[in-house]
Amino acid sequence: MSIWGILLIAFLAGIEGVVDEWEFHQPIVACTLVGLATGNLVSGIALGASLQLVTLGWMNIGAAVAPDPALAAVVAAWWVSGPAHLPVAAGVILAIPLALIGQGLTRGLRHLIIPLVAQADVAAAAGNLHKIEWLHRGSVVLQGLRVMIPTALLMALPAAWIRLSFHVLPATIRGGLHVAAGLLVIVSFAIVINMMATRQLWPFFCIGFALGTDSHLSLVALGLIGVALAILYLRLQAPHESQSGNGPTPPAAEDDLDRELDDL
Amino acid sequence: MTEKNETPRQLTLTDQLWVFGRSGWEQAAWNYPRLQNLGFCYLMIPAIRRLYPDKTEAGQAAARHLELFNTMPYMQSLITGVTLSLEEDRANGKPVSSADISAVKIGMMGSLAGVADPIWWGTWRPILSAFAASLALSGFGIVGPLVFFIGWNLARLAFRWGAQRWGYRQGLKVVTALSSGVLQKLTLGASIVGMFVMGAIIPRWTRVKLAPIVATNHHAALSLQSLMDQLLPGLIPLLLTLGCVWLLRRHVKPLWLLLGLFILGLAGYSLGILR
Repeated sequence: MSIWGILLIAFLAGIEGVVDEWEFHQPIVACTLVGLATGNLVSGIALGASLQLVTLGWMNIGAAVAPDPALAAVVAAWWVSGPAHLPVAAGVILAIPLALIGQGLTRGLRHLIIPLVAQADVAAAAGNLHKIEWLHRGSVVLQGLRVMIPTALLMALPAAWIRLSFHVLPATIRGGLHVAAGLLVIVSFAIVINMMATRQLWPFFCIGFALGTDSHLSLVALGLIGVALAILYLRLQAPHESQSGNGPTPPAAEDDLDRELDDL
Repeated sequence: MTEKNETPRQLTLTDQLWVFGRSGWEQAAWNYPRLQNLGFCYLMIPAIRRLYPDKTEAGQAAARHLELFNTMPYMQSLITGVTLSLEEDRANGKPVSSADISAVKIGMMGSLAGVADPIWWGTWRPILSAFAASLALSGFGIVGPLVFFIGWNLARLAFRWGAQRWGYRQGLKVVTALSSGVLQKLTLGASIVGMFVMGAIIPRWTRVKLAPIVATNHHAALSLQSLMDQLLPGLIPLLLTLGCVWLLRRHVKPLWLLLGLFILGLAGYSLGILR
C-alpha cells in the first residue's frame, strides 16, 4: 500500500521536476507526502524542511538543467521515513548524489525525446491534431517514469543494507553529518544571491543581515521591512515620474498578490 | 477576401479555459533542439480547433507553433494570450501572417523570461519555501508544507489566468505596455526584497556552532561561540556565504562548493571545532 503510494509520489515529482507547476518535486512537499505514505509524517516533514533549505537555490533557467530535487526528495525520504530509518542529516547528504543522478536523467530524456517530437511534425503536416496531443501526453508519462523507475530500483535495496552501511561509518563521520548538512544550505543562499546581486543591491543585503540577527523580529516583520524598502527605493529613484494613469497590469497585480502572501 | 463572412470566428471562454488548463503542461516535452515547442503547440490546440475548422489550415497552425520556443513557463501565459488574439485575427482574415505570429512569440519570450526568472525562481520560491521550512522546523509541522503548496499555487494560477486574459484582450498593445519600463521596475523591486530576505535568512537558518573551546584567560573563561555572538551573531555563515558567492562569480561549479562544505563540516567536527 505505502509502496504504491510512494511510487505515485515519485511519478508526480518526476513530472513536476520538469514541468515546474504544482511543485510536488520540492522537498518540502515530496518528503512530507512520503512521510504521510510511510506513516512517519514527523520525520518526513523534518527532512523536507531541512532539504528544502539546501535545494531552494536550484532552478531551471533558460536551457540549463539544475540538479533534480524530485528523485532526491522521494528516495531520501524513503530512507529516512521508511524502514531504514536513517537520521535526517544522512538523508540530506544522500540527497545530493541522488539529485545529480536525477539531473543526468533529465538531460538524457531531453535528448531521447527528440524522435517523439519529430513525430509531431509529421502529424502537423497531416493535420492530425489528436496525434500531437497524444504525443505530448506520452511525454508527460515519460517524465513521470524518469523518476519513478529509479525510485523503484532504489527502494528494492533492502533496508538492512542501508542501515548497515550507515553504521559501518566511523563515529566521527556519523556525528559530523549533521554539521555538514547544516553547512550545505549556504550554497543555495549563495546561488540566489549571485543571481540577483548587483552593486546597488548589496546595501539591502547588509540591512537584511543586520536585522536578521535580531531574533525578536519575526519573519513576517522582516518581509514587511523588505517590501517597504523596495517601494521606497523605487519611489525615490524616479521622483520625476508621476503616477501615470496606466491601468493595473497583471504583473502589478501579481506583485500585490506576492506582497499579500508575503504578509501571511 | 472572398470568404463567406457569416460569423466571425471567436474563441469562447471555454476555449480559453482549456488553453489555460493545458498551459501548465508546457514543459513536459522539453527537448534540446526546439525546447518547449511541442508543449506550446499542445496548449494552442483547443484554440486551433475552434479557429481553423479546415484540416489543412489547422495543420499549418500546429506546424507554426512547433517552431522553437522557450520562456519562463508562467510568463508563457502572457505570450499565449497575445498569440490567441493574433490567431483569432488571422482566422478572421485580418492581415496577420504566420511569420508575424512567430516574430511576436520570439520577440517576447526572451525578455519576459529574463524578468520572470529572478522574480519567481530567484525571489518568490526561495522566500516562500524558506518561510515554510522555518514553520515546519519550529514546531508547526504540516502547516509549513501546506503554506508553501497553497501559497505557491494560488499565486501561480492567479498570475497565469490574469496574464493570459490580459494578453488576449490587449493583443499587441501588450508589447508597448511592457516596453515602458514596468518590468525593469518590477525586477528591481523583487531583487531588493530577495537580497534583503537572503541577508536575513543567513544568520537564522545556517547552523554553524563552534565547539566550546575555552580561551582561558587568567580569570574568565570565554567560549569562542559566545565571543563570536558578542561580536556579530552569524558572522561565520555570512563569511562562508560571501566566499561561496565570490567563488560562483569565478565560475566554480556549485557541486564543488557542496563538496567543499561537506568536507569542511566533517573535518571541523572531527577536529572538535564545530559541533
